[in-house]
Amino acid sequence: MNEILPARNIGDYVPMVDGPEKVSGRAKYTADLVVPGMLAARIYRSPYSHAEIVDVDISEALKLPGVKAIVTGADCDRGFGVLPIAREERPLARDRVRYRGEPVAAVAAVDDATARAAIRLIKLRVRELPAYYTAQAALAPDAVALHEKKPGNVERDVLFELGNVEDGFAAADLVREETYNCPEVCQNQMEMHAALAEWDPVRGRMTVHASTQVPYYVHLMLSQILDLEMSKIRVVKPFVGGGFGCRTETLNVELIAALLARKCGGTVRLVVNREETFITHRGRPETDIRLKVGMKKDGRITAVECECYQRGGAHSGYGVVTILYAGSMLYAIYDLHSVKYLGKRVLTNTPPCGAFRGHGTVDVRFAFESLLDQMAAELGIDPFAVRRANLMKAPAFTDNDLMVNSYGLPECLDWVEQRSGWRARKGALPKGKGLGMACSHYISGASKPVNWTGEPHATVKIKLDFDGSVVVLSGAADIGQGSSTILVQTVAEVLGLDISRIRIVTGDSDVVPKDNGSYSSRVTFMVGNAAIDAARNLKQLLVAAAARKLDAKPEDIECLGELYRAGAQDKGATFDEVVVEALRDSGTITVTGNYSTIPESHGGKKYRGAAIGGTMGYSYSAQVVEVSVDEDTGVVTVEKVWVAHDCGKALNRLTVEGQVQGSVWMGMGQAMSEETGYHEGLLVTGNMLDYRVPTIQDSPPIEVGIVESNDPHGPFGAKEAGEGSLAAFLPALTNAIADAIGVRFNNLPMTPDRVYEAIAKRRRARATSGSPGANGRQ
Amino acid sequence: MAKLLDLVLNGRKRTDAAPDNLLLLDYLREVAGLTGTKTGCDGGECGACTVLVDDKPMLSCLTLATSVKGRRVDTVEALGQNGGLSAVQRGFHEKLGSQCGYCTPGFVMASVGLLRSNPNPSDEEIVAALGSNICRCTGYVKIIEAVRHAAQLHASGIAP
Repeated sequence: MNEILPARNIGDYVPMVDGPEKVSGRAKYTADLVVPGMLAARIYRSPYSHAEIVDVDISEALKLPGVKAIVTGADCDRGFGVLPIAREERPLARDRVRYRGEPVAAVAAVDDATARAAIRLIKLRVRELPAYYTAQAALAPDAVALHEKKPGNVERDVLFELGNVEDGFAAADLVREETYNCPEVCQNQMEMHAALAEWDPVRGRMTVHASTQVPYYVHLMLSQILDLEMSKIRVVKPFVGGGFGCRTETLNVELIAALLARKCGGTVRLVVNREETFITHRGRPETDIRLKVGMKKDGRITAVECECYQRGGAHSGYGVVTILYAGSMLYAIYDLHSVKYLGKRVLTNTPPCGAFRGHGTVDVRFAFESLLDQMAAELGIDPFAVRRANLMKAPAFTDNDLMVNSYGLPECLDWVEQRSGWRARKGALPKGKGLGMACSHYISGASKPVNWTGEPHATVKIKLDFDGSVVVLSGAADIGQGSSTILVQTVAEVLGLDISRIRIVTGDSDVVPKDNGSYSSRVTFMVGNAAIDAARNLKQLLVAAAARKLDAKPEDIECLGELYRAGAQDKGATFDEVVVEALRDSGTITVTGNYSTIPESHGGKKYRGAAIGGTMGYSYSAQVVEVSVDEDTGVVTVEKVWVAHDCGKALNRLTVEGQVQGSVWMGMGQAMSEETGYHEGLLVTGNMLDYRVPTIQDSPPIEVGIVESNDPHGPFGAKEAGEGSLAAFLPALTNAIADAIGVRFNNLPMTPDRVYEAIAKRRRARATSGSPGANGRQ
Repeated sequence: MAKLLDLVLNGRKRTDAAPDNLLLLDYLREVAGLTGTKTGCDGGECGACTVLVDDKPMLSCLTLATSVKGRRVDTVEALGQNGGLSAVQRGFHEKLGSQCGYCTPGFVMASVGLLRSNPNPSDEEIVAALGSNICRCTGYVKIIEAVRHAAQLHASGIAP
């Protein structure tokens, strides 16, 4: 009897609870759903970058047999957008088109071939306007405004100076200023966007299945676009094939499907192709950065000035938030004072950008860590030493009022330094090989949700019924990151039960509590805490029931998961017996757990938008990248990555490792090969051959070290693990290349042609001057 | 024009009318109702639609349905016995070779094709066999571990 122990899983390697469905092909994604009689849909997209719409002629298309409904901008005069302050985007363009590929009309027909044929019969007449494909062009004084309310094509200007930058630079021993360019990159998640919309004309209700990270935001926008009460809408999130931020806002796909379904009075499935998925990308904007840093001889940073331009595309999306993150997240990683930030989010005639993994932080971190490395080299300081010279001491509030309670960056640095053999190997590698390092960080959920109605930030329910089944009900969207697994684990841990006892139901607004969705790495922290709260509430009821059954006081009851007893000598009652007792009076039990962030985590008010960046806990990451550079071809090979990530506490070591490896690798894609290209606004990289995603053959071993700083507010001490390790890869790579060949690259990605050109340029310069030349800069 | 298509699909003989221009991918998903095989791109870029034709991995999105007449086609639904997971499926599940799962059926079938012809592959052979499949979640590290694990399970007698 004394051998009985509660089951424990936290900190183990736990395969995902929905893994069997995924590996067997039984997992149903939106495009796999089949409803008898459903119609196929296609979108007619603008062939113009910027034009006033004169007429959308659908008369010929409507005559085509098999066409059931066509919608255009005339069918919906309401705007949508994730931010309450920026809801000007339309599901189908009205009055004006602003990028090539913007939806203008959509057809629902009996089959896909008919829908395609109908699309070819639609005629769009326009008056063309000048179009702007770069931030610079859109900012020209005589540029036509894309949106009336945004003169000068500036979506958002940010300016803050905290401390005194001028004094800071004056106090420095070394001041350096550089410019950086990071092209636009896309999430390119494997599942293409899809929606299945079912209109019930008898009850006036709409059901939408959508490939989304944010079912609640989709619910909200469907209500707005359809002018339909939220109670008449049901949103279901089936299995989702990745998101990486692409689906953290409602997309036109689900809205168009719903408009079509209502118009034809039936069921419409809209699955867009890969090229259209690229056009609907909501990726990371092309970013130009000017960065100036002042440093003491010992590596201490005295001042930072950062100017950042983002080419945001034709609509706001998350744009305002992105440009704010780029500034606010200069903080909370190093001990900085005297920081000035100027940010400009610019509207251009390209597809709208959004919240790509590492939202807003990545490109600025690339610039920052590059310049740190460059200045450290100039001062003769080791790259690790320059970071260590600027570490924070937690707990602390940053100058922009961000709350830092746990800070495992020092341990991350130690781990990667040791594991990579940095001290022995740095500078001792053969010609063409190099080591580079960098750090990054990320939030564990934005402390203030963008659409906040005053409710708790997260709510989880647990249902316990006659069969002894414990069912977790959550609105958290598992998009492959494993949130359902984490919630099952946390509930099992609190109840002391094996995870096989626990089931989970998510993603159906008819059944599960509202959740803000899977974005900004909020789920483990916020929903995890709510799940712990719910499980504790359930445990309390079970303990009370056990006390009644065993004729003991609740405080004397010991919960061992499958056994409840009053002291070690007691035979006790099994879990199933306790459940029967617990249900005796009330029948089925449903408990609720909540979580809300604390006001101290909400960021400050020192400048407009200073709340952005506020979170309950920051994750930290350090990495070392080893590269080989072939000077004859310019081909860079990443040989190995060592990464340490402070996730507070690894609730599941398997999924933490998977998330960290995935983040590092995604950073590698951006750094090595990924970039979108447009020809006069026409996307010319709308496939996975021209948009070069690394294959298994291009991908290095990634060794993960888990650092556990035990955040005082995190669920079992946990913080985020899915984003913070992305950004550091980019500068660690270019720092390694600088180490290998002595050329520093400030513009991404590191394609062979770019690297070769830089090497060739240096060779030419050396041939002319006859000198070996100093380190070049590209 | 439609032709009669006879094939052995997941171990069972069947006959369907198939238009000349019907892709094997669309035949599997829409005619046979086997949605485990995924569409991930506009043709030949990603490997999510990989199936086995006579044990050889093929991209079903670049294969006409009528071209597999008289042949054996296996999809992810064919794997495992009595509802249990096959060695490759267990490898991907237990080692987290699958995160969002969308590319997984393609990776699984490419790996099954590998293990059927080479039960004890080296890491280089694993990488070569999976070179035309794209995964956007894992960074591939755990996919390689998954296939190694699958090979061990296979060696202990579990079908790939």
